[in-house]
Order: sequence, then structure tokens, then C-alpha cells
Amino acid sequence: MANWLKKLGKEDSADLAKERLKLVLIHDRTNLTARVLDEMKDELIDVISRHVAIDPSAVKITMIHEGREQRLICDIPVKQK
Amino acid sequence: MTARIITITSGKGGVGKTTATANISVALAQMGKKVTCIDSDIGLRNLDIVLGLENRIVYDLVDVVEGHCKINQAMIRDKRFDTLFLIPAAQTRDKNAVTPSEMIDLCESIREEMDFILLDSPAGIEGGFKNAIAPADEAIVVTNPDVSAVRDADRIIGLIEALEKGPASLILNRVNADMIKRGDMMEADDVLELLAIKLLGIVPDDEHVLVSTNKGQPVVLNPKSRAGAAFRNIAARLTGDEIPLIDMSHKEDFITKLSKVFAKEG
Repeated sequence: MANWLKKLGKEDSADLAKERLKLVLIHDRTNLTARVLDEMKDELIDVISRHVAIDPSAVKITMIHEGREQRLICDIPVKQK
Repeated sequence: MTARIITITSGKGGVGKTTATANISVALAQMGKKVTCIDSDIGLRNLDIVLGLENRIVYDLVDVVEGHCKINQAMIRDKRFDTLFLIPAAQTRDKNAVTPSEMIDLCESIREEMDFILLDSPAGIEGGFKNAIAPADEAIVVTNPDVSAVRDADRIIGLIEALEKGPASLILNRVNADMIKRGDMMEADDVLELLAIKLLGIVPDDEHVLVSTNKGQPVVLNPKSRAGAAFRNIAARLTGDEIPLIDMSHKEDFITKLSKVFAKEG
């Protein structure tokens, strides 16, 4: 019991290791940095805005992984006419 | 007979590739399989000393490739098991002394006589690794539950897939149950979630490994060693036996603890 109480106070170093690795592996596997993702987002906004009205501030681009596959998810809400 | 050719690799050095190769080879031979293990770490020969065969080397891998001897002259028969052979690495040459296609030819020339050919890969992702992986039908990645070993394992798994030798399977070596209990070591589930590959075995951190290496007697020969038991299980899984994994997880431990509390009270 004392053990559990002690644990409530601090984050386990094993959890920290896992979280840090999660982030670093995404980068290692794809070579994409946060800066490159931002640049890609700006370019996408540029292209899409030429054809349809969108709200640039609502565009989200994220990397997810399923098993060993990486997937770029881009969420672009279109403005109502 | 047609051997399965399995490369044991890791990316990072010092995680236990040679120990794993030696112990899985001995365990397979113990089961009556014909096994040749090949040390492909040219210039940094080690599998011979871990197996206790260092005094019996006459010819090595590079001698075979360069035609100085026939392959069976470089195959050292183990003194304990007559179905186990070692082809040692050259110690005074470098990794460029052989090419991937020479490694393929070498393995293919003994494939029909063996059940298993195990290749101990050097650390790293360059020439030495490419030589070791070229002949492989399958790859085993050895890692430890620490951030640098897991990161390097992920890199090597990606390379194995890119070379179409995947999917690799994983040996998680040097797992310390007490540290997992304290929350200070990632458990197998965490590492598997990150690396997303199949688990072949978990090997507990065990002082017997160093003691047995000191003696040149692989730890699978010690019936009291937990690491030895884990390597025997890994060898059995390779032959198709379904053996449950050693339980070293955090949660199970909590449940065991809880059930003990109830057992005391009840």
C-alpha cells in the first residue's frame, strides 16, 4: 500500500522512457521534423485554398502509426458558402 | 534436409547478440538438431570464446571465402554436441574481406546438411550487418529494455523490412523483474507496442550468464539458470513448439501480490 501511495507522487521512469521513445521513433522512421510538417501544412493550405475556401487556422496535420506503418492524417474543414 | 537460415542482429552493440546466438545454437543441438553457427563479426571474433571453442580454430570464414580451405575444414565441431558446428570469424581482417553474395554462397553450400544455420551479426547498420543479413530466411532482433537499445532495434527492424527479410522477431534480453515492479524498467508489452513486432522470448537479467561465459559453457547448459531456461524456450519456439512466455510484467505482479494478501487474510 505504501508503495502505491509513493507512486502517486511521481511518474515512473519506465513511462517516461516509453513516451520519449514514441516521439523519437516517429521522427526516426519518417525523417519528418515538426518544422517540415509545418511547412507541408502551409503548402497544402496554399494549394487547397486556390480551389476551395478553407479556414487555415483549423487545418490539422498529424502522424499516426498502426503497427509499423506510419500514416499522415490531414484534417481540412471546408468553409460553408 | 534444408536448413532455416536465421540472422541474429540488434543495431546497438552489447545487448547480447553473441550470447543469444551461442545459447540458441546449443539449445537446438541439445534437441538433436544439426546446427551451424557463423560468427560474421569479422575483426571482432567472439562467438568462439563464448562457446568455449577458441582453442580449436584453424581456419575461419575468410579462409573459406578466399579458397584457402574447404568449408568443412573451417567448421569446428562442438565438444559437447556432435551436431553443433561453429564457423569462426577472421580476427585479423576487416568486414570488407567478404561480400553479401559470398555469404549467401557459403550458407547455401551447407544448407542441405543442416537443420539450422544461425548467423551472429556485428553491431551497426553497415557492411557487416549487410553481410550477415544477406543469406537470411528470417531475422531475430535482440534488444534490452533501455531507450538507446530500443531505438536502435527500431532502426534495424526497418532495415530488415526494407531488405525484404522481415518480419523480424524480438528477443528482449536482460529484463529485471524488480526494476519493472518499481516502474523503472519498460516491460515487454511497452517495448512490443513501440516496435510492433512479434515477441520470440524474454530473457531475465541473470548473473549466471556472465559466470557461464567466463567458463565457456553457455548458460543453457546450467539447469538452474533462469536465462538458460528462457533460451531453451526460445529454441523450442523456433522449432514450432508453443511455449508460454515467462511472466515478468508489472500488472501480473500486482495481481499476484494482491492474491497473496487475500491468501494471508483468508
